[in-house]
Amino acid sequence: MRMRRMAVLAIASALALSACGKDSEEDEGGAAAPAPSAATGVTLEGSPTFDKMTAAGKVVIGVKEDQPNLGFKDPTTGEYSGFDISVAKYIASKLGFGEDKIEFTAIPSANRETAIQGGQIDYYVGTYSITDKRKEQVSFAGPYFIAGQDLLVRKDDTSITGPDSLDGKTVCSVTGSTPLQRIREEYAGAKTIEFQKYSQCVEQMLAGQVDAITTDDAILLGYAAQQPDELKVVGAPFSEEKYGVGLAKDDKVLRDKINDILEEMETSGEWQRAYDATLGQSGSTATPPALERY
Amino acid sequence: METLTDNWDLFIEAFRTTVVLLIISGAIALVAGTLLGAMRVSPVPALRAAGTVYVTLLRNTPLTFVFFFVAFGFPRLDIRFSYFAFAVIALSSYTSAFVCEAVRSGINTVPLGQAEAARAIGMTFGQTLREVVLPQALRNAVPPLMSVIIALAKNTTIASGFGVMEAGAIGATLNERGYPAFDAMIWVAVGFIIVVLPLSLTQRRLERKVVRSR
Repeated sequence: MRMRRMAVLAIASALALSACGKDSEEDEGGAAAPAPSAATGVTLEGSPTFDKMTAAGKVVIGVKEDQPNLGFKDPTTGEYSGFDISVAKYIASKLGFGEDKIEFTAIPSANRETAIQGGQIDYYVGTYSITDKRKEQVSFAGPYFIAGQDLLVRKDDTSITGPDSLDGKTVCSVTGSTPLQRIREEYAGAKTIEFQKYSQCVEQMLAGQVDAITTDDAILLGYAAQQPDELKVVGAPFSEEKYGVGLAKDDKVLRDKINDILEEMETSGEWQRAYDATLGQSGSTATPPALERY
Repeated sequence: METLTDNWDLFIEAFRTTVVLLIISGAIALVAGTLLGAMRVSPVPALRAAGTVYVTLLRNTPLTFVFFFVAFGFPRLDIRFSYFAFAVIALSSYTSAFVCEAVRSGINTVPLGQAEAARAIGMTFGQTLREVVLPQALRNAVPPLMSVIIALAKNTTIASGFGVMEAGAIGATLNERGYPAFDAMIWVAVGFIIVVLPLSLTQRRLERKVVRSR
């Protein structure tokens, strides 16, 4: 009797152990994208940012923390995950900084340039669209991803099919965002509402105060994937946003290096693996964009 | 400078909303706050208690929470207005608590004998307040009241986080357009000086008038 109970216990715990092992393996392949081992002996002549990173023994990366599957911080574990995070980690590893040498700092959109110029962060990976105007303040490596402005609506709403059907509708986005400015300028029939976070727009939409949420499809897909029974993405992108890695304006050496790293990430298949493990889970597909070395 | 000249339309539209928000919320807060002040000195205990509860509650709640409650709580209770109306509700209910205290402190400077004399000649509480106490009280309340209104002018910026496109949203908007955040902030600050300066001048003029009439 006693022997039998012990045997059962042993089998049960063995099963539990193996199940655990399998789970954590899946986790690694899932949310947390594969991180390659850190490169050694990396040198970059004439890059002030790299010198600073080497002296500090770590890299400080600016990211987003509230965009599921792109840049997201798990509130319980404090872990960052998403496609942007995978790209950020890949770059860090090729610069010689393993996961334990990375410090992620959540920087909201409005403070990105200030944080880069002030040296608060070494580089920024977080749905950062490359624009000529921004190039006056910071430099960009990439693009590493191309998104398009789209609309998120309630699942049962069939009246909104694209930006042209927004007349009289209330459209929400974050305060001052480019997508919202575009709606205001090009689709004057729509009413615009601004909140601090996309999640607040989602809340107002579920409460019936807002009809649509607009921003890059990549961000919207993340929310639709979270609440597939309530929300859907219209799926008619009407702009092109090229996401780049933001870094100090005068640091051409580092920019060239990161461009090389991104190219390597794309050709080695690492890019595709990172995408499939994050944004790809929403069912959408994507291919790596061509780099712009300006 | 180019940050300002390239974006005149944005600055003008945003500051117009700020000023309209200030005028409407300020007017409501002045009226409601004076009524609350009257409640707090009234002879009816229930009115006094209601006034005290309201003022204590609103004065001790951060304005952001008041906004949050109105803009996110009301839709859940099926109370639906525009976000501008929500902002007016949040700002005026918050500010009226401070107006009330400014008015009450003004009332406290009026010697008790004034009210007693008014009552002695047969005035009701309402008449006493309207004809004798409030006119004297408001004189002394002018400086604190102006401070409350100036604080309201600056508090309107919180509305930008709750669906209203006003001066508080200029910084984020210009940053997205690619202008330096610091320049944008300097011009927003200049804008606020232009909005608040007339209030300070009004205060000075009112004070002079009060001094002369004494």
